[in-house]
Amino acid sequence: MPAVQETIATVSAIDVDKYKYGFTTEIESERAPKGLDESTVRYISAKKGEPEWLLEWRLDAYRRWLTMTEPTWARVDYPQIDFQDLYYYSAPKKTAGPSSLDEVDPELLATYAKLGIPLREQEILAGVENGQRQVAVDAVFDSVSVVTTFRAELAKHGVIFCSFSEAVREYPELVKQYLGSVVPTSDNFYATLNSAVFSDGSFVYIPKGVRCPMELSTYFRINEKNTGQFERTLIIADEGSYVSYLEGCTAPTRDENQLHAAVVELVALKDAEIKYSTVQNWYPGDKNGKGGIYNFVTKRGDCRGDSAKISWTQVETGSAITWKYPSCILRGDNSVGEFYSIAISNGRQQVDSGTKMIHLGKNTRSRIISKGISAGHSNNTYRGLVSANRKATNARNFTQCDSLLIGENCGAHTVPYIESRNSSAVFEHEATTSKISDDQMFYCTSRGLSEEDAVALIVNGFVKDVLQHLPMEFMVETQKLIGISLEGSVG
Amino acid sequence: MLEIKNLHARIAEDGTEILNGIDLVVKPGEVHAIMGPNGSGKSTLSYVLSGKDDYEVTEGDILFNGESILELGPDERAAAGFFLAFQYPIEIPGVATMTFLKAAINAQRKARGESEITTPDFMRLVKETSAKLNISSDMLKRPLNVGFSGGEKKRNEIMQMALLQPKLCILDETDSGLDIDALKVVSEGVNALRSPDRAFIVITHYQRLLDHIVPDVVHVLSKGRIVKTGGPELALELEKNGYADFVDVAA
Ligand SMILES: Nc1ncnc2c1ncn2[C@@H]1O[C@H](COP(=O)(O)OP(=O)(O)OP(=O)(O)O)[C@@H](O)[C@H]1O
Ligand SMILES: [Mg+2]
Repeated sequence: MPAVQETIATVSAIDVDKYKYGFTTEIESERAPKGLDESTVRYISAKKGEPEWLLEWRLDAYRRWLTMTEPTWARVDYPQIDFQDLYYYSAPKKTAGPSSLDEVDPELLATYAKLGIPLREQEILAGVENGQRQVAVDAVFDSVSVVTTFRAELAKHGVIFCSFSEAVREYPELVKQYLGSVVPTSDNFYATLNSAVFSDGSFVYIPKGVRCPMELSTYFRINEKNTGQFERTLIIADEGSYVSYLEGCTAPTRDENQLHAAVVELVALKDAEIKYSTVQNWYPGDKNGKGGIYNFVTKRGDCRGDSAKISWTQVETGSAITWKYPSCILRGDNSVGEFYSIAISNGRQQVDSGTKMIHLGKNTRSRIISKGISAGHSNNTYRGLVSANRKATNARNFTQCDSLLIGENCGAHTVPYIESRNSSAVFEHEATTSKISDDQMFYCTSRGLSEEDAVALIVNGFVKDVLQHLPMEFMVETQKLIGISLEGSVG
Repeated sequence: MLEIKNLHARIAEDGTEILNGIDLVVKPGEVHAIMGPNGSGKSTLSYVLSGKDDYEVTEGDILFNGESILELGPDERAAAGFFLAFQYPIEIPGVATMTFLKAAINAQRKARGESEITTPDFMRLVKETSAKLNISSDMLKRPLNVGFSGGEKKRNEIMQMALLQPKLCILDETDSGLDIDALKVVSEGVNALRSPDRAFIVITHYQRLLDHIVPDVVHVLSKGRIVKTGGPELALELEKNGYADFVDVAA
């Protein structure tokens, strides 16, 4: 058997037990009754003690959702989702919004410890002394945020970092002003559904001129069976501020598919910069495509002021289906949008991902670097739109889409859309497709590398341009994750 | 050290026989030259020795220090001390030469149960070795073999060999593509590695390489068999008369 064939065989032979995060947590939880109607929306809103306007906002979205149909244009294939067969709210019982870590259920703390997510500030501080950087974490378990660390420290700088539910209570004006201002409730089927039933998520506000003193991160965990996770994240960077934010996700190994339909809204005002990184490692399903997360996510950033900058970096290794297009609206003059993506698919995974760069302002610039790696029987599609409005004089875009195929049974597709209404706009697009050849495998193994190491080395070389955009502390992690995904976690 | 016994090999995909009964014994410290017309199976022999799975051994055996290595994969043979300097080195885009070298050294150390090389040790080693082969630090940062000139690729192969310190070095037409000065530099690199416990199989078409790397034994390969074995003078004879005499013998 030629080397690459063999690697693929090995990869597909290894079952998902390589997925390290597949354990479940036994914890008592409180759920909304199964199914979705107006009473579900009211239940969620009441659970969270929301003001009337937000309930109305949700109900409005719900009614709109009833009139919508699921999008079918993506190159993904899955059985009809029965939206009445899901739970829309699930919260660990004993954790109705803890104010300190001591109140958090030890089961939950143990879960996060097992996932390697630091929640105890003392421990993180000890880490800082050993040269690691500080990271503040918001931990979201099923439908609720269980703890947010480093709030006091952040508050000193005026930075607000808390769960979404809390923001609704504590900072209603900010929430009201910005919620739905980037992704309107009517945006698309999943975003609208999210608007109706969103449970929790993170809220960030960086005041004028403040450079957020530490990395912020949210860690999402789906635990409960048959439960959709609909989180909502809103990040506002006021004028001249800067923040770097990282999102991580895992879920237990389950035979049923689980739905995840999040909405992330970013607002960057004049001269502000938001760097948003995602390492998505949801459970991908087993080698035959059983189970795994359906990840239907709407992420959008609005460069609302001049010279604002938003950059998305994503590493997508998990999920059975990924449907995700983190986008930038380049509204302010001279604003900048970036999208750096690594999407790995293996086994029966289906990825349809990309970005939209909407150039509205003058001299706006965007840059897209997408690296898709397909192995096994997976399908990996880059879908991107770059558009220039009539007023977007001198808009510039550079797009590079590279696909790497491992084996004969996978597919890579590139679907770029370009719409330019301004003759001074310059859009460049480059695309390549390559394969790991048997000769490359033999060359590497003849130097002593194992086949798995050789694949990991070549793939890490392939994605290098994107990796370097991740926050330092996550680079090594991610390199390892890439190795593991191709080893067969996704087999 | 190396004992090849009645080795038959064919292309796995279509069954074409390429090697038709090769016998060869290489002792530690020796340098064997293998010459022969284009398509006679020299590169195939080097691949079969290194474990490339495009080929199937249908008969015979390859013993290394008395043990058959037929069941070992290329990486295991490398860890045991095999090294092949490729006739056509392969490009690995995106992987810096340095990164590759370190990964290879550490993979072999790991296979032998040794600890990883420290970064300062590695840097020092690479700096020394590359300097001897006129390889610039700029080239070390570039992706492995990508855009390297023919001669640069060959020097890079020899650098890898020097870093990995193999026991059995197989050089497949390392001289082709080298300019006169590079030929000297590379030959010196190879000669510096000659030692009583290391052996070489040098595949070449030209005497000029053997002027620098003087072989102990010269073999002529034709149609997948060794048709003539002699001393260094055999190469000179071939240079003068070509293969006509021997190829006929095989036919
Ligand atoms: N993978 C392969 N597929 C098809 N034919 C092959 C393959 N490998 C070797 N051959 C054939 O086997 C024969 C021997 O090839 P090989 O490369 O070993 O010759 P060589 O002696 O190294 O020649 P040269 O001096 O030109 O380098 C040639 O006819 C070649 O075309
Ligand atoms: Mg050859």
